[in-house]
Amino acid sequence: MDAESAGTSSSGEEDTSAESENERLVFSRDGIRAGFVTCVPVALGVGAYGLVFGVLAREAGLSLLTAVVMSATVLAGAAQLIAVELWDWPIPAVAIIGTTLVVNLRYLLMGASLRPWFTRLSSRKAYISLFFMADENWALTIQDLRAGNGRGAFLLGSGLAIWVFWVVATAIGAVAGGRIGNPETYGLGFVLPAIFLALLVSFWEGRESLVSWIVAAVVAVGVEAVLPGPWYILAGGLAASLTGVMCDVR
Amino acid sequence: MFGDASLTALVVVVGMSIVTYATKAGGFWALDRVEPSDTVRDGLDALPGGILVAILAVRLLEGGPSEWVAGIAVLVVAHRTESVLLAMVVGIGTLLIVRRRGAVIV
Repeated sequence: MDAESAGTSSSGEEDTSAESENERLVFSRDGIRAGFVTCVPVALGVGAYGLVFGVLAREAGLSLLTAVVMSATVLAGAAQLIAVELWDWPIPAVAIIGTTLVVNLRYLLMGASLRPWFTRLSSRKAYISLFFMADENWALTIQDLRAGNGRGAFLLGSGLAIWVFWVVATAIGAVAGGRIGNPETYGLGFVLPAIFLALLVSFWEGRESLVSWIVAAVVAVGVEAVLPGPWYILAGGLAASLTGVMCDVR
Repeated sequence: MFGDASLTALVVVVGMSIVTYATKAGGFWALDRVEPSDTVRDGLDALPGGILVAILAVRLLEGGPSEWVAGIAVLVVAHRTESVLLAMVVGIGTLLIVRRRGAVIV
């Protein structure tokens, strides 16, 4: 964050708070229930991912305990799948934690987008709710808050739905994953590349994406050729980021 | 299961959960008066895609022609249906069929 942008924000922010101040925001059990119920269909899809994650985690050498603890405490699908892809022995701890941080930097903006509403909750409620923020229920929550339903507990409720399905499915997948014979018979080695490719389609934002992705691919392949270990992943991500910034400047 | 290996793994998981929570709570906490500029936004927006591309570029380069065919199937289905899981299933199916046909050496 550069310092000069600090001054420019105040006018814009006043607008949003004025707009939302005339609606009441209640943090109630009803709000938790509404969030939970609304999110169940989405959470079913998350559960399907969880199964896949559990299976792959076991294939990568994580114990059942490690896989379940990861799902329960990290609660970030893309970062966890990438961590499993990087998992090795000895565990490349710095690369895994560093990549997790970089992949999740987008949460900074998502958390910030909740400010107009969450600043009116007690900080304990706000910060507990934020633990349960994932891509899927963040989108649902923003929708609900913008609709003016005044349900401050919606993020927590929807997040709990995702958490339950994600953690239970991870456990089931991890148990099943420990019993699969030769994973290549089922093409399991291609599951992660397939998921990443499909996710990539959803990140497509037109020609700018193409330019930064080509740069990322070239940098990644180049770095991988000269530098051992998974550093090419961070290098590619940062190259894409810089390209994205430079495309905008031009 | 509770040996040294598992302990190291759990320490890594704790590290992952700390940095993840820092991003989830940090944006709410820090971006109070500091409205992120468009430059910062663009940079952050491009990160996840870039990381996926980096992983895929290296992985698919090693993967060979049968994975490239399956990869194209994934892209087509994901684009048409916007369903990641369906795209994944079709991709795996394509890979298994292409391999079984033996038309391509894996």
